[in-house]
Amino acid sequence: MTGFKDEPLRFGGKEFASRLIIGSSKYPDPATMQRAWETSGAEMITVAIRRMNLATGGSLLDYVDLSRYTLLPNTAGCYTAEEAIKTAVIAREMGLSDMIKLEVIGDERTLFPDTAGLVEATRVLVKDGFIVLPYTNDDPVVAKKLEDAGAAVVMPLGAPIGSGAGIRNPYNIKIILETVRVPVIVDAGVGTASDAAVAMELGCHGVLMDTGIAQAKDPVAMAAAMRYAVEAGRLAYLAGRIPKKLYASASTPLEGMPELI
Amino acid sequence: MQIRLNGKLHEVSHGMTIARLLEELRIRHERVAVLVNQGVVKRPLYASTTLQDGDAVEVLTVMAGGMEVIR
Repeated sequence: MTGFKDEPLRFGGKEFASRLIIGSSKYPDPATMQRAWETSGAEMITVAIRRMNLATGGSLLDYVDLSRYTLLPNTAGCYTAEEAIKTAVIAREMGLSDMIKLEVIGDERTLFPDTAGLVEATRVLVKDGFIVLPYTNDDPVVAKKLEDAGAAVVMPLGAPIGSGAGIRNPYNIKIILETVRVPVIVDAGVGTASDAAVAMELGCHGVLMDTGIAQAKDPVAMAAAMRYAVEAGRLAYLAGRIPKKLYASASTPLEGMPELI
Repeated sequence: MQIRLNGKLHEVSHGMTIARLLEELRIRHERVAVLVNQGVVKRPLYASTTLQDGDAVEVLTVMAGGMEVIR
């Protein structure tokens, strides 16, 4: 950050200088993905667990410099707590991470979370020693339940996954920030730089995004834009914005005005 | 005998172990997780886990959803 000293993003005994977490899906090609990652300054990349193509033995691991990036396995595509828990166990068995971006999806069309399953899976995984990062909706009550279940952070959506609709309910995000003590990371919905800045200006501790960068016309340029937006939003939050007022308030004092006519 | 390997029928010899199967497929252990009949098999047990006729074996790795370029 430009000369300003910010504290790192801390959770689950880990520290990250970057407050942007990036995805690995929907990029036009692996080279663009790698350049976007690099440009974004992100230190954490979220990845899915899937069947290997046995004809080639290919893996996303071929494209990730593990000395540079921390993998954040996710449970994308899981519709029950049981599936999500098993996916987390598989990720840990692979030696990927003890962190898990927990998704328990409740509806195919909106990809909104099944919050009952999410809280249950969080509880089970925390007991099993996982650092759990649950993807949730923008409901402060659920956020509190997740924190009580031992989640290391809560990750409310700004808008549905892949929608690019921005932060649709900033008021609820604000209430979540006042409700929980763990870091709040906006996950999903960020479509452009201003969306990321809004999330950070609200006081969120980080932003996770995939489609907004991967599907932009120029993913590498958008990765740079998102990096600056997250930093700018964070700085503006720390700096403390002026209150909004209905009427003007002159910047320049009237004292010392000459008699002109 | 036949197993189901990542959803497809696959012919293997009797007494096939997970370790030998991965060797035949030229897959390094550290890149994958293996499930047999939906149960996770820990890596130290690959050499001693013998497959049975009709077993469902899943060989999983880290992938990016929708990235068809990685084959």
